[in-house]
Amino acid sequence: MIEYEPVIGMEVHSELLTESKMFCGCKVAFGGEPNTRCCPVCLGLPGSLPVVNKRAVEFVVRTALALNCEISHHSIFHRKNYFYPDLPKGYQISQYGETPIGVRGYVEITVNGTTKRIGIRRVHLEEDTGKLLHVEGDRSLVDYNRSGVPLMEIVTEHDPAAGFDQINSADEAREYLVRLRSILLYLGVSDGKMEEGSLRCEPNISIRPKGSGEFGVRTEIKNLNSFRAVYNGVKYEIERQERVLREGGTVIHETRRWDEPRSVTASMRSKELEQEYRYFPEPDLVPMVFEPEWIEAQRHLLPELPQEKKARFMAEFGLTAYDAGVLTDSKALAEFFEKAVEGYHDPKIVANWTMGEFLRLVNAAGIEVDQVKITPGHLVDMLKLMDNGTISGKIAKTVFTEMFETGKRPEDIVKEKGLVQITDESAIESAIDQVLAENPNEVERYKAGKQELLGFFVGQVMRATKGKANPGVVNKLLREKLS
Amino acid sequence: MVDKLYQLTAHELHDLISKKEVSCRDVTESVLDRIRSVDDRVKCYVTVTDELALAQADNVDKQIAAGEPLLPLAGIPFALKDNMCTRGVLTTCSSKILHNFKPVYDATVVERIVNNGGVIIGKTNLDEFAMGSSTENSAFFTTRNPWDIDRVPGGSSGGSTAAVAADEAVIALGSDTGGSIRQPAAFCGVVGFKPTYGRVSRYGLIAFASSLDQIGPITKDVTDCALAMNLIAGKDFCDSTSLDVPVPDYTKSLIPDAKGIKIGVPTDFFGQGVEPEIVNSVMKAVEVLKDLGAEYKETSMKMVDYGLPTYYIIAPAEASSNLARYDGVRFGLRSDDSKDPITMFLKTREEGFGPEVKQRIMIGTYALSAGYYDAYYLKAQKVRTLIRQDFERLFEEFDVLVAPTSPTVAFKVGERAADPFQMKLADVLTIPANMAGIPAISIPCGYADGLPIGLQIIGKSLDEATILRVAYAFEQATDYHKRKPEI
Repeated sequence: MIEYEPVIGMEVHSELLTESKMFCGCKVAFGGEPNTRCCPVCLGLPGSLPVVNKRAVEFVVRTALALNCEISHHSIFHRKNYFYPDLPKGYQISQYGETPIGVRGYVEITVNGTTKRIGIRRVHLEEDTGKLLHVEGDRSLVDYNRSGVPLMEIVTEHDPAAGFDQINSADEAREYLVRLRSILLYLGVSDGKMEEGSLRCEPNISIRPKGSGEFGVRTEIKNLNSFRAVYNGVKYEIERQERVLREGGTVIHETRRWDEPRSVTASMRSKELEQEYRYFPEPDLVPMVFEPEWIEAQRHLLPELPQEKKARFMAEFGLTAYDAGVLTDSKALAEFFEKAVEGYHDPKIVANWTMGEFLRLVNAAGIEVDQVKITPGHLVDMLKLMDNGTISGKIAKTVFTEMFETGKRPEDIVKEKGLVQITDESAIESAIDQVLAENPNEVERYKAGKQELLGFFVGQVMRATKGKANPGVVNKLLREKLS
Repeated sequence: MVDKLYQLTAHELHDLISKKEVSCRDVTESVLDRIRSVDDRVKCYVTVTDELALAQADNVDKQIAAGEPLLPLAGIPFALKDNMCTRGVLTTCSSKILHNFKPVYDATVVERIVNNGGVIIGKTNLDEFAMGSSTENSAFFTTRNPWDIDRVPGGSSGGSTAAVAADEAVIALGSDTGGSIRQPAAFCGVVGFKPTYGRVSRYGLIAFASSLDQIGPITKDVTDCALAMNLIAGKDFCDSTSLDVPVPDYTKSLIPDAKGIKIGVPTDFFGQGVEPEIVNSVMKAVEVLKDLGAEYKETSMKMVDYGLPTYYIIAPAEASSNLARYDGVRFGLRSDDSKDPITMFLKTREEGFGPEVKQRIMIGTYALSAGYYDAYYLKAQKVRTLIRQDFERLFEEFDVLVAPTSPTVAFKVGERAADPFQMKLADVLTIPANMAGIPAISIPCGYADGLPIGLQIIGKSLDEATILRVAYAFEQATDYHKRKPEI
């Protein structure tokens, strides 16, 4: 049986976190009353002209640099001509051809222990369209608030001659997107919100007999609004194409839509007839010229990127590659960790809490790290309460959950809930006496040599003291009493 | 009070207003009266903004009465080609597709005129979307030449030039993509100036061909042209292609001699079917300039032959894209009862655009299509570079080039309408300057059978001053500009 190999190209669009739109001064913000954030320029009114948003250009240059790209010395805008009601000018100002802002870069990904350098073909700047809303009956409404929002497009390299690796599985596709999104968030150029559509991913997938130098016919998937959807959609499409070929059919060049509830892709439109966009250089804008000195100045403005931060965490804090990787996945998580480490002597303990309880609660709550109420200072204070014996490790988990949910200081929680650890030996002793009195059989068995039962007694004592007894003291006293 | 204020130039009116001999309202009323008495024959105006004009005039009069310093254009009535946006005032491009379109903003040039005391008196007729050389392509009516009502005023700024020639405006603004200011200025016997591409902001000028369009003044004499240029030229941050270079005081270059000026006479501009009387007038004008101290030499500019065909690739290509926004969604005409947006686009555009516009959209769409782009658009851009280099070569030797503006005088209404190729030849001598982005003026230099002849003076990029100096010197030595048509 022929073994197939998938080849996946990724086209990612990200809205940029600029204050104003790409070619006018209108404010960029998600949502809002329809058609309240527009002007003659982004409405494409006759006579209006575009003016390039310098900040957006800087953002794309910095992104391209972070993706190891070369910056074109001379970069121009083009018009992509097509008719659609959400496209006010009848063309989108975009970048076409050989001189987008960034070319020939790569993103490093590691999947199942294998590291690949995924080539980036181009990083370019364009403008977003408005939104068409179909309402009841035969009417459509258009909202131009999004029209003209700066949009960055990042496309992977499909040409093996470029010397980079390709994406060959759904796992790699997802990992590429995770890495890319993380870099964008580190740079502060994107909010990375896939569900709101500010980060959009359109993979194209083809399969070919393993070892073949030719590409198969590719399909493009739209409507992938989460990492999971990207993974599932790509996986589904690879399997679907294999099925089609094994059944003797042919894959059609088309755009397919991911149907999340049904977990299938369905044909949207054929791409057999290539759309004719009549690209030509935008005559209303002058070429952008990037001098080497200016590019270097932009490079100096780059923040520490995930890979660099990971390496530093390993060197500086003695973390394992895995731990450093998890902690630097998200800039916000890394910052939380690093702030906490500043106030506490043992990075490994801070790392365990950050990756363990903290991430577990973040994920359970379905929120982003930068939305949490708990502060790194709270974590430090809590660790110190543990160290000075005020609370036990078990109580600490309760305190942490409470801090996470309410944002209260750990001291206050301990006080309010009466969680102070019992270290008073006489108080613990009476609890032990009671437990031993209630469990005479176990006491007998223990004394007969069943030493494992110590854990049982400890558990019972902790239960009797509502978890507040100092476990060290409990252990010590139990041993004394039972000996 | 002075009789017939409407006949005066802007600088003459400025003197009267500054001496308080007349008010701005007097001037505006005089011009409005003139419009009322002759415009039913000349048909320059699509919209006369009488109320707005009088309000603006009164406002300037108030400023004068309050002792505020007199603004440079105080009380001067301006006509605007109707492809420049005016806030709250119908702006039509002489097209049905802009039905009832009232812009929400003023074009930069409009803002500058009003801020300098100018009065907006109305919006003038043009070939639809500035595509044409006679105003016969207007969706509304054909403007007539004040020198002969049976003839065209030229185009596409025919309404603006006829208005200045017929004293229905003191100054008008036009736009010149392939000669649309200079050719009608020649036909109507007035001064028409196309500045360097990028000298005057295009913000608010409804685009025809973005890389060629340039706004410029149409005036009764060269002095008024310099005055208008002083105020409309200069960097505008709303137009990325506008040039950030200082604007000299053009009135300072109005010197009544041409001493030391080196004039090139490119013979290739005289072979394009140019009528003998026009050749004679232009050569006589060259002799006049020689008498004024200039030197001249015949020279050659082979690339002029390629101007027209190059233009008819680039301009329609850009137009096909610029005119895509007329889809019925947000403004202007919308064809009703369509079941889906695409049908609405098609029907709206079918009903809204005239035949010339449709033809150019189709030519342009073809020229930009995959598989044809390299052979047409890209090639045309390369030829355009060669034309520019040919001019640069000549300007190493000469300060200005002198040539006819148009191969013919004004032709009869309907005469060329059936022959689009003949019609397009009307621009053969003006297009090269657009291709190179360089400034050029047309001033009256004679008459053939009572019809004006235009002298074209082409200058170096950004050297409007030298063109104005040569034009002024010629004007001071002659009296062609003083003749007025009888209407």
